[in-house]
Amino acid sequence: MNNYELMVIFTPVLSEEEFKNAQKKYNDLIAEAGGEVVSSNPWGLKSLAYPIQKKTTGIYWVVEFTAKSEFNEKLKIQLLRDEQVMRHMVTKLDKYAVEYNHIKRNGGFANVEKAGA
Amino acid sequence: MAKNEIKYLTAIKQEKPKKKFCRFKKYGIKYVDYKDIEFLKKFLNEQGKMLPRRLSGNSLKYQRKVADAVKKARQMALLPYVTDLMK
Repeated sequence: MNNYELMVIFTPVLSEEEFKNAQKKYNDLIAEAGGEVVSSNPWGLKSLAYPIQKKTTGIYWVVEFTAKSEFNEKLKIQLLRDEQVMRHMVTKLDKYAVEYNHIKRNGGFANVEKAGA
Repeated sequence: MAKNEIKYLTAIKQEKPKKKFCRFKKYGIKYVDYKDIEFLKKFLNEQGKMLPRRLSGNSLKYQRKVADAVKKARQMALLPYVTDLMK
């Protein structure tokens, strides 16, 4: 089992409900493959830095999950097949990244805040 | 000419420029998050290009990680590939 992070940009034409359904679909897909969703974070509508498929906004969704490495191929097929998805990216998380996400979720980031200054 | 004008034979010692440091090493940051755009922008110039290590002071290890994070952010349209006046 490895830790992964999936970021998806959905088309901005989705309604609130369709967005929820799409999230549920991929959450179920992860659960079906024996993985576990660690956290799910819908960013909502955001403007893109450059147009993708002639659209200037997109609905972002970030999900952190654990799964076997074979699962990613299946996930990729589903994502590419899905017309609501404009772009996706799966990132493998190392132990520092998992720690980082964990701290970020729990709101405590005093030391990195200082580093950013 | 004024009497108390001072002339130097050798150039005056200028104040040493501040020593650069790797902020990742100094603050113990182990992971560069591609989602944190405001942080990544510190390593880019106005055109959205990466700053060299000479200017940013990053160690090689973390410069690579920053580069990876910037590229990921660009793919996901969080940062532009080319632009003017980003800051």
